[in-house]
Amino acid sequence: MSTAVSGPDLQIVAPRQPVAGHLRDLWRYRELFGQLVRKELKVRYKSSALGFVWSMLNPLFLLAVYTLVFSILGAAFENFPIWLLTGLLMWNFFASSLTNGTNSITGNAYLVAKVRFPREILPVASVGASLVHFFLQAIVLVAVLVVIRHPVDWAYLWLTVPSMLALILLAAALGIMLSALNAYARDTGHLLELLLLAWFFLTPILYPYQLVANKLEGRGWPTWLPLLNPVTDLVIAVQRGVYGTAAVTREGTVGSTTTTLLPDESVWWYFRNVAIVAAVALVLFLLAIKLFDKAEGNFAEVL
Amino acid sequence: MTTVIQVTGLSKLFRLHHVRMLSAKERILRAGRTPHEDFWALRDIDLDVQEGETVGILGHNGSGKSTLLKCVAGILKPTTGEVRIKGRVASLLELGAGFHPDLTGRENVYINASFLGIPRKEIERHFDDIVAFAELEQFIDQQVKYYSSGMFVRLGFAVAINVDPDVLLVDEVLAVGDEVFQKKCLDRVDAFQREGRTILFVTHSADLVRRICNRAVVLHHGQMVANGSPGESIRIFREHLHGVLDDTPSLVARDLPGDVKITAVHLEHPGRPDRPYLFAGEPLTIAVELDAVTDVDDPVVAIEVHDTQGNKIYAADTDVLGQPLPPLRGRTRVAFHIPSVPLLDGAYPLVIHVKDRHQGRLLAFREQQDAFEVVNPSRVDGSVLLPVTVTVDERAGA
Repeated sequence: MSTAVSGPDLQIVAPRQPVAGHLRDLWRYRELFGQLVRKELKVRYKSSALGFVWSMLNPLFLLAVYTLVFSILGAAFENFPIWLLTGLLMWNFFASSLTNGTNSITGNAYLVAKVRFPREILPVASVGASLVHFFLQAIVLVAVLVVIRHPVDWAYLWLTVPSMLALILLAAALGIMLSALNAYARDTGHLLELLLLAWFFLTPILYPYQLVANKLEGRGWPTWLPLLNPVTDLVIAVQRGVYGTAAVTREGTVGSTTTTLLPDESVWWYFRNVAIVAAVALVLFLLAIKLFDKAEGNFAEVL
Repeated sequence: MTTVIQVTGLSKLFRLHHVRMLSAKERILRAGRTPHEDFWALRDIDLDVQEGETVGILGHNGSGKSTLLKCVAGILKPTTGEVRIKGRVASLLELGAGFHPDLTGRENVYINASFLGIPRKEIERHFDDIVAFAELEQFIDQQVKYYSSGMFVRLGFAVAINVDPDVLLVDEVLAVGDEVFQKKCLDRVDAFQREGRTILFVTHSADLVRRICNRAVVLHHGQMVANGSPGESIRIFREHLHGVLDDTPSLVARDLPGDVKITAVHLEHPGRPDRPYLFAGEPLTIAVELDAVTDVDDPVVAIEVHDTQGNKIYAADTDVLGQPLPPLRGRTRVAFHIPSVPLLDGAYPLVIHVKDRHQGRLLAFREQQDAFEVVNPSRVDGSVLLPVTVTVDERAGA
């Protein structure tokens, strides 16, 4: 009587699930992904009067503070707000994806312990919710660009798309790993906070990339060292297009001084870096799912 | 017949960590390894459920029945073995499982349904049915944290059964909610069965199993000890329950410091000594052994039969039964014979006492020590075994 159960609508509960199965499940539950993103946004702004406006006010406020401080310090350069906002938006997306992703399993214990669904969809939904915020904040950036008629570099601007795709993949990979880790050791979230702080300053957001590269060159160190930070590769590619130029020239009384902010390289040099990061992120993503599969068996118990 | 749920070699190990007993120093010395106990909640379970079957999982607390259902539902991953399920599975494992307190009923319905992998469009089509079934029209746009527990359950149940599942997994929830809603749920379960859908549910209510299941399995300490017809499984379930009850010390014994002692009560039925219970309709003899220290001239022995809720369902004494007793001297045995016990499932505690008819004195009293248990092997339901037969006469109306 026990003919093997099979067919297209088959669900298998087993100690281990192959990576392909996880990916198939993620696709099958895409509707749930949308619902969870919506839920995360709704819950966050449930009792706030301004709601989504907060997500736009936040970078504007940071922008004002940083611009003020850096102007006083004399560290600001031409069109500094554009430079800053570009990096800041990407960073905000990345950091909030990781922070919320890390807490996504523990924070949704009421679901994990009681309902069936692919659990990795929770950290992925955190990335999705952060992406919604990114787009809202990007509206602010685009508005600023339009209002001040900032000359973007169209030849490089398209790099924004592959860069963001790579950043999404990277954030998802790390978010999945961290969420699983955090279910077992709640220290993960606290540790991440510190790491993100350091990571932020290691990424050329407040300062130009070339500042560091030049210093390294002066000491005879390889200039590609900062490119080992994957976020750096992605951020500078977007900055190159949005900020629009690799170097700024300032006319002084004695002559003009040129400051290089970004590597004076072709669009393909930038694209190559982005592609490498994307490939690494893809490997990390698959690895993250494998790790998650190993960890999720006991989620319902450890929560 | 197609198999819809196939459980093969399923085991689940829980590791119980004893973290709190550790000091920080010990933790460092142990380098993250905490002392633990391994506990097998399920051991090598094999179970096939065919399309259209309603299977009950019976077991005591800690028997592993809920763990089994959670594994089938995919909430817990088994340690070894696997579960294969075909079709859309809706599970009702806890009240309002998956509801977010800060979201409204409406929002939660959509999220809850998408956990079943159902597209938004389809949910929209069922939405009114869900709300109507849950009787929450007025409250659907309120945050569910303001719902009463009854409203919670109703909404959860309404979603699970209105989304057109092929397989329904239920854990005890049917026992919650008011009677009207329970009735509604059971009606819906009946409709499900008629439509040929598959139901797997966990309970410790033997009555419910008899009422709605085609088959029942019994879990005991993580192992499957029965897998068969409801009546047979309930019998085995009761036997294991008996094993549990036998360990508890016997309760109140009131021996009056008097002239007569009840030294023993024997319950005799044809099943002795193989089984401690009798089947509905079997004969039973309640034999009371008395020992009179001093002579009692005009004794009366009375018995009362109670149900587990404490209701007296029968009371009589030797006088009422038309058998006056001779004066008691030394040892006497008084036996009450019931040719056919007309009761269905249940345990029936007995109260026995001895009186002196003339002085109206209570001479001996014994309660909560004796009980007989009836198991109903048939599929009739209720509490009394009526000797019902059915005749059909097709021409009666002509």
